[in-house]
Amino acid sequence: MIISSNILTILTFLPLVGAFFVLIVPGNDSVALNNIRRISLVTTLLTFGFSLLLWSMFDPKETGFQFVIDIPWMGDVIGYRMGVDGISVLFIVLTAFLMPLVILSAWGSVKVRVREYMIAFLMLETLMIGVFSTLDLAMFYVFFEGGLIPMFLIIGVWGGKQRVQASYKFFFYTFVGSVLMLLAIMAMYWQTGTLDIAQLLRYEFSPQMQFWLWIAFFASFAVKLPMWPLHRWLPAAHVEAPTGGSVILAAILLKMGGYGFLRFSLPMFPDASLYFADFVFFFSLGAIIVTSLIAIVQEDIKKLIAYSSVAHMGFVTIGIFSANIYGVQGAIFQMLSHGIISAALFFSVGVIYDRLHTREIAAYGGLVERMPRYAAAFMIFTMANVGLPGTSGFIGEFLVLIGIFQVNTLVAFVALFAIILSAGYALWLYRRVIFGALGKESLKSMMDMDKRELAVMLPLIILTIFFGFYPAPILDTTAASVTALVTQYQSTIGALPIDALAQ
Amino acid sequence: MKSDLTSLSALVPAYPELLMAISALALLMAGVFIRNSSGRLAGVSIGLLLALAVLIVMQPQSGVLFNGGFIQDDFARYMKVLILLGSALALVLSVSSAAENGLAKFEYSTLIILATLGMMIMVSANDLMVLYIGIELQALSLYVMAAMRRDNAAATEAGLKYFVLGALASGMLLYGASLVYGFTGQTQLDKIAEVILLGERSVGVIFGLAFLLAGIAFKISAVPFHMWTPDVYEGAPTPVTAFFATGPKVAAMALLIRLVTDSFEPLARDWQQIVIFLSIASMVLAAFAGIGQKNLKRLIAYSSIGHMCFALVGLSAGSLVGIEGVAIYMAIYLVTTVGLFACILSLKGSTGYVESISDLAGLARTRPLVAATMAIMMFSLIGLPPLAGFFAKWHVFLAAIEAELFVLAIIGVFASAVSAFYYLRIFKTMYFDEPRDEFAPVPGELAFIMLVSGFLVASYYLTVGSPLVDAANFATSSLF
Repeated sequence: MIISSNILTILTFLPLVGAFFVLIVPGNDSVALNNIRRISLVTTLLTFGFSLLLWSMFDPKETGFQFVIDIPWMGDVIGYRMGVDGISVLFIVLTAFLMPLVILSAWGSVKVRVREYMIAFLMLETLMIGVFSTLDLAMFYVFFEGGLIPMFLIIGVWGGKQRVQASYKFFFYTFVGSVLMLLAIMAMYWQTGTLDIAQLLRYEFSPQMQFWLWIAFFASFAVKLPMWPLHRWLPAAHVEAPTGGSVILAAILLKMGGYGFLRFSLPMFPDASLYFADFVFFFSLGAIIVTSLIAIVQEDIKKLIAYSSVAHMGFVTIGIFSANIYGVQGAIFQMLSHGIISAALFFSVGVIYDRLHTREIAAYGGLVERMPRYAAAFMIFTMANVGLPGTSGFIGEFLVLIGIFQVNTLVAFVALFAIILSAGYALWLYRRVIFGALGKESLKSMMDMDKRELAVMLPLIILTIFFGFYPAPILDTTAASVTALVTQYQSTIGALPIDALAQ
Repeated sequence: MKSDLTSLSALVPAYPELLMAISALALLMAGVFIRNSSGRLAGVSIGLLLALAVLIVMQPQSGVLFNGGFIQDDFARYMKVLILLGSALALVLSVSSAAENGLAKFEYSTLIILATLGMMIMVSANDLMVLYIGIELQALSLYVMAAMRRDNAAATEAGLKYFVLGALASGMLLYGASLVYGFTGQTQLDKIAEVILLGERSVGVIFGLAFLLAGIAFKISAVPFHMWTPDVYEGAPTPVTAFFATGPKVAAMALLIRLVTDSFEPLARDWQQIVIFLSIASMVLAAFAGIGQKNLKRLIAYSSIGHMCFALVGLSAGSLVGIEGVAIYMAIYLVTTVGLFACILSLKGSTGYVESISDLAGLARTRPLVAATMAIMMFSLIGLPPLAGFFAKWHVFLAAIEAELFVLAIIGVFASAVSAFYYLRIFKTMYFDEPRDEFAPVPGELAFIMLVSGFLVASYYLTVGSPLVDAANFATSSLF
């Protein structure tokens, strides 16, 4: 069938086509701007439709890659290779799901350079879907790094007061982190003679080579995820980015790091992953405890959520490197659920920021009296962020904790404190913003969410609660691939002596 | 090698050079006898250069002539097409601003033709003497072009500095050539290799090699022979700078490739050390020295120092993959540079053409097309995917990793990260800052060049990437 063999190509490049149409819309008046917004919305909705089609055609029992395309391109080295398995398919759906919401949220709040804004986001969507759907290692790097350009632009042009500094920080942390991965990719090519990820997954690298390759890949993904203490770009970028930028950054771009660990570090370098597991656990716990504590004292709403993202990503790395089915399933679920929840939280901040143009927590208080609907929505997302049972946030953390408990009880014990700490900062934030007396003059004329904002929030609320009670659609999709991954990992480790790694 | 200069058919492989030489003389005559002909002559020259590029692609001729002194092969053809395109585009760039820059003289296009002829001879040189003739023909034309605006102190200084340092470099080159001849008894490149293979590794030849490489390093402005570059780039009229930054670099790189792969192949370990040193020193210096620059042309000078030496990374591997990488790198570098200069030359503010980076403030609002093209070029020069610049770096570093030059590769990628800082500053000035100045409308031909080069660089992976890799592979295979 034509659709099923080309669906990944369509998904990846459809947003780019939309961006082209946005570029050629004539004029700069309000009619043209509305057309630009409509084209963007239609494009992203179409992409979302295709992603749902992809999910429906996806066979969850199959462990290998599906919808595979493999065409030689650019000499013998780089090829045009596409394909998805249970691990990557849902990230594509998540990306495509969030993009229409991002476009919708910018409808009224972005007023300058609308055309460039839409083009940047549509380009970003192509690159993000490309990351999850490519099966060529070089092209993975291309998509992974290519995202820097639109994101740099989004932070720098539409950001807040410190935007230039924040965009530079974002750029350099990510760029410097990932150049070593580029060299590692080349070394892998000369070792194996191919850049096809499906073939590389079956190749067994020597322990010594695994050691170096693991470090090179880790440098890139740990910055992207970000892992403490390499997280410092994230609060700055989050705070300064416009709402849509923060949403995409937290919901998708961070997940690329976790996806990278799952796709490359764990299956391709199993011995090195085992060797470094404790190292990763240590820094993940550092992330969970330290950044949670930092989050408590923040006075800027976005910064608080940014630090809480770092803490939640700590669970993801713990889950991945616990390397059993519970841990990895939990890590994937945590990434997807955090994609929904963090997006929702940043949208919520965007709603009040559009009204008052400040992110200071102290500037708010007693919003429940003027904005009951908003208070309810924000309540659900806060609870999900804490990980309350019945929200999607709970499932991921719980699975990760089961997974790590089997491997390392001490790590599980320390990680549990995160749940208490996250309740601390999240609930306190909610109390200060929503409850209390409505004393400030500036707040008395605040309007509740309008229809457009509700349209953004409603899908997120539904999914948060739906997956909290019924996580099966996600877990079933990933189960077969994760089982295959973990089985392969468990069977390959120890085949070669561990001591050889340290040399 | 049998040589037959009496029959015309024996000269066929050299037809591009012959055509160029004849046309240069004809243009010179036309310029002397026809008044106010500079514009028309420039047009004719552009047509000639482009037509020749097309001819070389469509009508391939290969062979060795002039007693083995001149070689026409696929590699030479590939590089010649690049050089011809570079020269033609540089000439197009100069059209709109020729009067302001004092370039509305018929000598200008004639000099470009002569310099291009010199470069083509460099690319095809198979003998140390022919090589020197090519280099000097090119260099003498360039000295004059740098000082073309006689009444301008900066231009005169640039010309003089270029001449003095260039003469020094030529001296070193000649000294190296004479040492090589003295110790091998040969001047023909492939024969030198045969002699070196027979005898042992003699110190005299290695000294000769070092001097030869020093002379060529000056031409590609590799550290520590780069001192002239920022001053000449800044002082020369901008269209001339555009010309300096394109064709001559390609020609010198092609010459270097032929020299080290043909005659000094047996001494690979020795020249590799030199090339690796040049490469590391230049990448690091260019990355850090560029940070402090405020003048746009000086910045481009440091950027071109850096990029030549990223290309050297590929050469230092000494393998087919590496040379192929250099060939691809030069093509991408050429397109990027031309696009960049098209942007700069299209920005004429109230006080003349833009000079400093801060003049670009808010360009994204006032001139969106120029800013977008420039932004694409900047990101491409940083080496960010999916732009062409990334793939250029990909090919050369791939070769370095294959040759296990890990330290060189790691220093290289970090240098490119540092250099990102100054490219981003230009981008930041254009996109994040508020507009300050009004600019005159963009001339049509510059807008066209910007659109085409921007499109090629941005869509490299989807459009030109694959054919270019095939062409470079085909061309470099003729060297091995």
